[in-house]
Amino acid sequence: MTVAGPAAESAEQTTAVTSPPPTKRNKIKTGEGRLAFLLVAPTVVLLALVVGYPVVKGIYQSFQSEPGLDPATGFFSNTTHWIGLGNYKHWLLQQCAKSGGGTGKCPTGTLGSQFWSSFWVTIFFTVVTVTLETIIGMCFALVMHRAFRGRGLVRAAILVPWAIPTAVTSKLWIVIFDPQGILNKVLHKHILWTSSQWPARFAIVIADVWKTTPFIALLILAGLQGISADLYESARVDGASAWQRFTRITLPLVKPALAVAVIFRTLDVLRMYDLPAILTGGANGTTTLSILVVRQLTTGLNTASALSTITFVIIFAIALGMVRLFNANIIGAQAKGTK
Amino acid sequence: MTTAAVSAPRATTVEATKTRQPFRWGQVGTGMIITLVIVWCFLPFYWMVVLAFRSNAHTYDTTPFFSHVTFSNFRYAFNTSINQFGRSLINSLIIGSVVTFVAMVVGVFAGYAMARLAFRGKGLVLAAILGASMFPGVAILTPLFQLFTNFGWLGTYQALIIPQISFSLPLAVYTLTSFFADMPWELEQAARVDGATPGQAFRLVIFPLAAPALFTTAILVFLASWNEYLLSSVLSVGKATVAPSTVAIANFTAGPHIVPYTQTMAAGLVVTVPLVIVVLLFQRRIVSGLTAGGVKG
Repeated sequence: MTVAGPAAESAEQTTAVTSPPPTKRNKIKTGEGRLAFLLVAPTVVLLALVVGYPVVKGIYQSFQSEPGLDPATGFFSNTTHWIGLGNYKHWLLQQCAKSGGGTGKCPTGTLGSQFWSSFWVTIFFTVVTVTLETIIGMCFALVMHRAFRGRGLVRAAILVPWAIPTAVTSKLWIVIFDPQGILNKVLHKHILWTSSQWPARFAIVIADVWKTTPFIALLILAGLQGISADLYESARVDGASAWQRFTRITLPLVKPALAVAVIFRTLDVLRMYDLPAILTGGANGTTTLSILVVRQLTTGLNTASALSTITFVIIFAIALGMVRLFNANIIGAQAKGTK
Repeated sequence: MTTAAVSAPRATTVEATKTRQPFRWGQVGTGMIITLVIVWCFLPFYWMVVLAFRSNAHTYDTTPFFSHVTFSNFRYAFNTSINQFGRSLINSLIIGSVVTFVAMVVGVFAGYAMARLAFRGKGLVLAAILGASMFPGVAILTPLFQLFTNFGWLGTYQALIIPQISFSLPLAVYTLTSFFADMPWELEQAARVDGATPGQAFRLVIFPLAAPALFTTAILVFLASWNEYLLSSVLSVGKATVAPSTVAIANFTAGPHIVPYTQTMAAGLVVTVPLVIVVLLFQRRIVSGLTAGGVKG
């Protein structure tokens, strides 16, 4: 939503500036409204069909039982019935159906028992990759901003990891991370990158950081280029050190661009699927929430619906929290700047 | 406005004096980090190229430059008795083209309305479009999997194309909105003053001006579709005749008892090289498309 802010604002500003005198305005406004409705309607309808309908259907299904043996009658039934929060309890409270009826703790190894570990692994990936990508991306952007020669070349180079499909990237890193592969040879180590827990997790972090850091650098660079050189000059005249110029000018002014990049990346990593699914197959403690949903698809669709609903509620909650957090900071920074 | 006008010439003089300076240690450091960035971006890609041209018997050879050069990996990749890789490229092209076409045709109108027209509920529509793109793939995948199973659509083109609208259409609308917001609208205003209706102004004045923006957006949407894996891998149910190239690469094999690294790298290179060429050719436009909107101000 913050993303929409600048675009929508500037659009409104241009309308306000260029709109004709008030006498003509009303007539055009009503015409505009009708035209806008016609232009926007196809997009809204299409998105309602391909996003709205499935999401609502998924939420509805998540409250239904799975078709199968009815423990009450002992017969197989194709119909499902309302079980309230049963599927949610299955994931969140780790309640699995027992063969003798009733529920109990999910046995280890089943998909049901993996929810919390998947949740924490997903959070781990998010925190570690987004932090690394932001810090390294910031360094890259600052350097590119200072360089006048070779900036075009760097900008072209940066698009290469971004343009390679994640499926290909994953295969490429499988080759690099092979126990007999190039990375172990270079490091003179024998690390089982993809078949032991922490190396496998860091393999995914490394591959993701490689692919996405340049992209974040590009977004931050665009933000840096919007900062007037005057500010730095007058700060230098006033005797500000390089560090002060960075913390007092660069950081507050680049914050909106940085916030957008960080929020977008966070949402992306929270739903990460391709990279771990291909690189490690989700094995050795690298099962993200998305991988768990896909695995559950073949065992029980309504239980899977509950899990995908939980996943997007988590993502929405975190997104909302971040928008709030960054908005507050942005407003704070702007208030300081205008004093 | 006035500050911008004042700062612009000054900024250029600062640049000029900086580039004219003969030697500074700072520049050496900058140059080193610039080199590091370029190496970072190209090194793993370079290794893919080297392995793609290396004989499979020397998979674990770590000579850092081209050695044991062969084209057999590419022949292997396109050998239809082992993989349907060639077919998957055509599938990716079909899926990507249809998705891009639909997203552009529908999205261009919405983008125009969002950027240009004042109407009630605009913020709500924008929030809805952005919200739609925020849903994780799995949230729509689960219900669609069941729906397409009931229709008997699993492993068909429509089952792969329709779900991709969910992310490509918001991407198109969002990118086009920020492009349109930046265009010289005085020209449209002039046309309106001359008596053109809003529709005519769009068709005759704005559309020709917007062509580069449309082209860039189409590239971004096509790339997003070409790179999609989660929805395609599940909804194609492994049917090689419709599965796109990402799925084919992920399931790439070279027969029993062979570690198919070099062949997979060859296939990966075939998928990647056209993308890299397109991206490098249009890099300026793509960068502006990627950074549009989000990072203004």
